[in-house]
Amino acid sequence: MRHLILSLLLSLVLVPVAKGFEIEEQSRFGPGETTNVLRVLSTADLAFIRPMLLPFLSKYPDVAVEYTVASSSEVMKAVFDESQSYDLVISSAMDLQTKLANDGLALSYTSQATQSLPDWANWGDQIFAFTQEPAAMVLSNKAFEGLELPRTRQELLSVLRQYPELFDGKVGTYDVRQSGLGYLFATQDARTSETYWRLSEVMGLLNVRLYTSSATMIDAVVTGELAIAYNVLGSYAMNRADKTAFTIVLPSDFTTVMLRTALIPVTAKRTDLAGRFIDHLIERTNEAGPSLLQLGSADDQVDENSLRRIRLGPGLLVYLDKFKNRSFVNEWESAILQE
Amino acid sequence: MAPQVHIKGSIRRHLITMLLIGAALLAVLLYFVVQSVARQIAQESQDNILAASATAILDNAAVIDGEIMIDLPYSAFSMLGDVSDERVYYAIRLNDEFLSGYEDLTPIRSNGRSPRTFGSMDFRGEEIRTASLQRPIFLGAKSGTLDVTVAQTMDGQRKKLARFSLMSLMIGFSFFLLTALLAAVAARSATRPMHRLAASVSRRGPGDLRPVEAPVPAEMAPLVSSLNSFMQRLKHSLAESEEFIAEAAHRVRTPLAVVRTRAETTLRRVEKPENRQTVREMIRAIDESSRSAGQLLDHAMVTFRADHLEPKDIDLPALVIDLVESLKPLSELRDVELKVGALEPSQIAGDGILIQNAVRNVIDNAIKYCGQEGRVDVSVLRQGEHVQLVVEDNGPGFPDDPEQNLLKRYARGENVAGIVGSGLGLTIVDQVVRAHGGTLDYSNKTGGGACVTLSFPSC
Amino acid sequence: MRFLLIEDNVELGRAIVERLSLDGHVVDQAESLADARDHCATADYDLILLDIMLPDGDGRTFLAEHRARENATPVIVLTARSEVSDRVGVLDLGADDYIVKPFDFAEFEARCRAVLRRRGGVAGNRVTRGDLTFDTLAGTLHVGGDDIQLRNRELRLFEIFVNSPGQIFSKSKLVDRLFSYDEDVSENAIEVYVGRLRKHLTRSSANIVTVRGLGYKLEV
Repeated sequence: MRHLILSLLLSLVLVPVAKGFEIEEQSRFGPGETTNVLRVLSTADLAFIRPMLLPFLSKYPDVAVEYTVASSSEVMKAVFDESQSYDLVISSAMDLQTKLANDGLALSYTSQATQSLPDWANWGDQIFAFTQEPAAMVLSNKAFEGLELPRTRQELLSVLRQYPELFDGKVGTYDVRQSGLGYLFATQDARTSETYWRLSEVMGLLNVRLYTSSATMIDAVVTGELAIAYNVLGSYAMNRADKTAFTIVLPSDFTTVMLRTALIPVTAKRTDLAGRFIDHLIERTNEAGPSLLQLGSADDQVDENSLRRIRLGPGLLVYLDKFKNRSFVNEWESAILQE
Repeated sequence: MAPQVHIKGSIRRHLITMLLIGAALLAVLLYFVVQSVARQIAQESQDNILAASATAILDNAAVIDGEIMIDLPYSAFSMLGDVSDERVYYAIRLNDEFLSGYEDLTPIRSNGRSPRTFGSMDFRGEEIRTASLQRPIFLGAKSGTLDVTVAQTMDGQRKKLARFSLMSLMIGFSFFLLTALLAAVAARSATRPMHRLAASVSRRGPGDLRPVEAPVPAEMAPLVSSLNSFMQRLKHSLAESEEFIAEAAHRVRTPLAVVRTRAETTLRRVEKPENRQTVREMIRAIDESSRSAGQLLDHAMVTFRADHLEPKDIDLPALVIDLVESLKPLSELRDVELKVGALEPSQIAGDGILIQNAVRNVIDNAIKYCGQEGRVDVSVLRQGEHVQLVVEDNGPGFPDDPEQNLLKRYARGENVAGIVGSGLGLTIVDQVVRAHGGTLDYSNKTGGGACVTLSFPSC
Repeated sequence: MRFLLIEDNVELGRAIVERLSLDGHVVDQAESLADARDHCATADYDLILLDIMLPDGDGRTFLAEHRARENATPVIVLTARSEVSDRVGVLDLGADDYIVKPFDFAEFEARCRAVLRRRGGVAGNRVTRGDLTFDTLAGTLHVGGDDIQLRNRELRLFEIFVNSPGQIFSKSKLVDRLFSYDEDVSENAIEVYVGRLRKHLTRSSANIVTVRGLGYKLEV
């Protein structure tokens, strides 16, 4: 195993701009001189994918994987607009994945593994979920010293209202205009509860700071720059080494759960390898049991009833509508920017 | 042996075939009806949901500051996704100007001005069902029409329909099977009275010609009534032929008896040898004709009875004792010694009157042909599965010429010319024996004399 | 003997009566069942001769009535019907015997004799001539303390002589009465039977003598 990993040809090269979309990083794993190359386009960084990728490579030693990381909008662009030839697309942007499939840009695939998936994890045999990642509140332990930790959005509201001086400028969340995931979380929040808009207004009053990624938000909490990071990807927070600095809270009123999904684009050349990789991802996440949950170590907090899995399907297309997008962003701006 | 029945077709088969054809037609009809109803219901429900989706979008369109704003509700599309994983397309247009959604999705325009139009079309290589809804909208001074088209692929629909189709096929097939089963049962029960009638008629003895009285279904009434009337006529005609034979015998014999009696009386009175000779010849002629008539009538009666044989158990030794007793006077008259030999207990199945007649004929012949101081022995022997009635005499025996068949009707032994007899005797005996499944054998004994053996299957 | 003949055919009836009278029998004739019942009620008969087809009913009805009354007089049925169908029926109904018309009177007599013999005889069936006694039914000749059993033809021949002692019977008449008409017998056959009778009669005073050119007669 170790030998295999060492023998991996590991390259971190920014590909020359022959492509019309921006990529963040590209790596190649596996034997160099093989014709079996699986080209994966993904929004997940290498650190995230590596634990799933390495077993696959050892299982199929003659297969090489070319792994390209790009932002969700660039992924969309690559597949949708430029018809780049990738064999597999992995994305956390469920709405965009849905649109790709809905617009006929995904191939159908069925196997024993895909059939074992629960209904909510499989849309039309084209989109397959292989992780569940909750949107969490990350609270700085230092800032909340002596305070009771809020467990729900209402409690968070109360805390923010009660101690405005404590949290002014120390609350962070996604900029929905910049981050697809932030937009997905925000729209789902808004759809589920009116509390979201009150929370947004209060955060706006407290001069909320806006971010484009979960990692930077968590960093800010660790450094003390932020006391509260709202709607952060729980999976990122759980895997950090400096977990003692903060507490991850999955709101018990409801926890929005994002599903990371894979699909095979119509332009795929090695659909066989892509299918094999999908099976591998599903089996991998199923190893722990049938729940498919990867909610991390905060098990004690997880209440299945409070989980709101974002549903794959045409409902997600609503937020991609330009009218809807415009009106949502307008409303969000007026709430959070206090202009 | 029953005469051959010519068979053409079968009511039961015909009935089953007709019922099956009917069932098959109904099953096919059922299949198409169920399928078309299912298709219609599926289409209607899809149309309704598409219309609801489009309505939800239209309801959320508003004009703010002269500009159109549409706040698509999440449910507008999620409700479409509830049913199945169908793809969803939509397009929003204002006065044919594309606003949002999929620009290549064109609304279907109906000829009428109905605000709701449904249609099916090909979109991006797949069949879709679309619903287009219009609503007038006011943008400041000018007004326009807002058009929302929502479409959905029909993949799941098709799968559902295929399932329905399979289900309706199963329904049709089960219906057919059930009907086939019922048809078989119905045909069987419909023809059962016929079988019952046939069985009851064939169970009857040959002499049982009573009308069928058990109730029968109305359809069989003509058959049964003509059967009854046929049996009535048959019974009548059988009775008539029996009566005719008896009557004929009576008519022939009575005058013969008068003449014979008178002749005998006359013979006692006349003295002249030539006159006596004449009268004697007269008597002989009368005897001959009366015997011929008798045997002809007997032959008719035997034929008649043999055709309607109603077997009963017959104790052959007892029958022989009775017959010998009754023929004793005749044998004594000729000084012939008529004796009963071995009588082994045995029973045969047959018509007592016929058997008696046959045995009487044989013994009668023996007495008549055995000559002066003759001897006739009658015995009954068991030979395995057969019972043999043996009549032996010490007369001249049968003629040696093997060419001559004594059994042939009217044939008579040449060496017995002097004795009155029509020759029908052995023919009648043979006929009776064969009607009982037996055989008649006659031979000459080595020490002289004839031996006639009647063999019957024992019971 | 005394007979009751029940026969509706007048011609036949008359013929039979005439024929039986020749042998010295007394015959009453009834032409219907009613007639027959009247006769039975007023007289005793040795034998009843019954025809089957009668104008006022079936002879078998009479037979059944007769047996029901426990009348012991034997009945011989005269039938002109098919031999096959009637036989069993009449015997079952209690007839002692039956004979089919037309019949040979020799056979008829033989049957009567058999029936009466079975019934145990009638009054006057024993005839005594001189030192010999003759039982016409049993056919026995009693001479000098010995019983001689005659065979049928000897018996009938002797009966003819006994009934008319002293009368001369020609050979041809005797042949007619002794042999059936269908038998071709020469007159010499009579000599054989006469010879046998003479042998039986040697110890008796009676004898059968030859009347040359005419025939035979019994001398007592």
